[in-house]
Amino acid sequence: MQPNKAVESRTLKELLRLNERRERISRLWAELRPAGEADRPRERSSSSFWVMVQKEIGDHLSSWRFGILMGIIVLACIGSIYSAATAIRSGGSAADGGVGDTFLFLKMYTLTSSALAVPSFSTFLSWLGPLIGATLGFDAVNSERNKGTLGRLLSQPIYRDDFIKAKFISALAMIAVVVFSLGLLVMGLGLFTIGYPPTPEEFARILIFLLIAVVYIGFWLCLSILFSIRFRQAATSALSSIAIWLFFTIFYSMIINMIDSATAVSQMASPEAQLRQMNLVLTLNRLSPTELFSETISTMLSPGVRALGPLTMDQLVGAIASPLSLGQSLLLIWPQLTGLLAATMICFGLSYVLFMRQEVRSRA
Amino acid sequence: MVTKTGINMAPTLSATGERPVVELMQLTKKYVEATAVDHLNLSIARGEIFGLLGPNGAGKTTTILMMLGLTEPTSGQARICGFDPTREALKVKRKVGYLPDDVGFYEDRTALDNLVYTARLNGVSQQEALQRAKVLLEKTGLADNAGKKVGAFSRGMRQRLGLADVLIKNPEVIILDEPTLGIDPEGVRELLALISSLSRDEKLTVLLSSHHLHQVQQICDRVGLFVQGRLIASGDIRSLSKQLDAVGNVYVEVGAKGWTEELARQISGLEGVRDIRYPVQGDDDHERGVTATVVCDRDLTAQIAEAVIHGDAELVYIRRKEYGLVDIYHRYFERRSEP
Repeated sequence: MQPNKAVESRTLKELLRLNERRERISRLWAELRPAGEADRPRERSSSSFWVMVQKEIGDHLSSWRFGILMGIIVLACIGSIYSAATAIRSGGSAADGGVGDTFLFLKMYTLTSSALAVPSFSTFLSWLGPLIGATLGFDAVNSERNKGTLGRLLSQPIYRDDFIKAKFISALAMIAVVVFSLGLLVMGLGLFTIGYPPTPEEFARILIFLLIAVVYIGFWLCLSILFSIRFRQAATSALSSIAIWLFFTIFYSMIINMIDSATAVSQMASPEAQLRQMNLVLTLNRLSPTELFSETISTMLSPGVRALGPLTMDQLVGAIASPLSLGQSLLLIWPQLTGLLAATMICFGLSYVLFMRQEVRSRA
Repeated sequence: MVTKTGINMAPTLSATGERPVVELMQLTKKYVEATAVDHLNLSIARGEIFGLLGPNGAGKTTTILMMLGLTEPTSGQARICGFDPTREALKVKRKVGYLPDDVGFYEDRTALDNLVYTARLNGVSQQEALQRAKVLLEKTGLADNAGKKVGAFSRGMRQRLGLADVLIKNPEVIILDEPTLGIDPEGVRELLALISSLSRDEKLTVLLSSHHLHQVQQICDRVGLFVQGRLIASGDIRSLSKQLDAVGNVYVEVGAKGWTEELARQISGLEGVRDIRYPVQGDDDHERGVTATVVCDRDLTAQIAEAVIHGDAELVYIRRKEYGLVDIYHRYFERRSEP
């Protein structure tokens, strides 16, 4: 008991000292800043915004849900690394054609061993990403409402939109931390297992890939926050998010296949008609955020990908079979990335409007 | 401190010439199907404890939400501490502490954490927040439970924590929505004592809504009866009684054994007796053993007692009826149902 207490008091003292230092710095900062009374209230409200963000992050970190989720994801991640390492060792690169060799390190993220049947890291991310997003957001607003804390919170001098923004930002920060730490973990383990450092371009590609993953998961987060505002029951909102996730990952491609076969043109049809058919199917496919994500990451992680749509023989004539440069790859996925961002913004905008219009009643 | 506005409820300057802290002018809230609050006028002076009384669904909570700017009024205006809640919600919220009817806390956080969080949202620094929270926990008698998670708190403890939560921002006005709901009688007594002592010590203006009349009547300087979105009467308890007794009736309850028709005739023969009412089976008065209620135009308690004793009946009980809030409340409903 005694030593425990001593440790406690010491950490407390350290905390206090830290606090003191922070206060001193903030005082110094206040002195340095040009004095202006006009911006006082603004500063105050933004500080309460960060107080909310801090509290939300603390809640996420201490929740069981987040722990369980992390466990699953870390396990999946380790599995995929093992699988990728096995595949690389057994010379998987040879099967991939000539261009693969130059970007061996990226294979850590995409390659899987055919013997192990464990999906690659990027596949895992596109499967589990929506789950992370949905889990962090599905009860963001309705649980506060049901617990009666929403009314109490909104009767404090905070802007109403700060609340919803804090919910989004804190969860997004958690997602970014998870995705980046996992991605960098894969990189580190990759260094260990294949003993071959990434080139700067590979490194940049990986960072961009992780950034896109954060945006993608952010979309699902926004969607689930939207549901949490719309539905009063946490269960309803969770199920809705999961239903949409399942729809896009499993059923959507089936439906597209059906449409494809229903509207198919014959092999003998004119090239224009065939092209039109292909483009139609592709456009329908790209309505799904999952499809957008998989297109962007496959381009980012496999520099050999030169186009995301159909290419005619004409276009290929004279092309040198070489990987695209980073800038060109980015250019290729720019529309998809914009689409993903737009979908995220739309979800957030909708939830913002819905929330601002909703009446705050305690529990009712 | 008590301002007797009586039936005239239009916002007026109080005797000291100070502007009322809470002013509601023609405040109206209409929903698609119904009107929740109907042209409400109300003013509350500084330091006053005002009880907003009314049955469930009378529009009390809606009124409170409009005062905080959490709901926009359809028409009319509210002014809290001189600010308009729809335009300057933040300024109002800085001065007003609001305790919702079933206040919620973050269950997996400690009482102290919850309080500090509220203080931090009000722009108080961490250290100051800790200090204030500790003082308030002491004041509300929760100091021993400061480190306990709120999930383990009883209803009464939660309500007291709610009060601490309201006070941590140093408000000028506190609004308590059904603060006594679901607490045992002893807890209610403690909570109300706490509220009234706080109001006295810190010169707080308190607005509390309730449908438990007898609880509220102990601490309110003034009450307003609120039914179907309208304030049908307001004033202190005595002036409300007077409003009721506009006809000048005095009610004397008599409990007697051997009550006869003859005796009744004798009593109604007394000068000043207007009516004798008999309680019906299952009535509240009947349960209490009241045989008859004599309505007279002046206090005839002594004469009635004499008549009963001389009339060979056994006088068990006699009382001049004082109006409590419950009676006032009932009376207003009676009146409403017989237009």
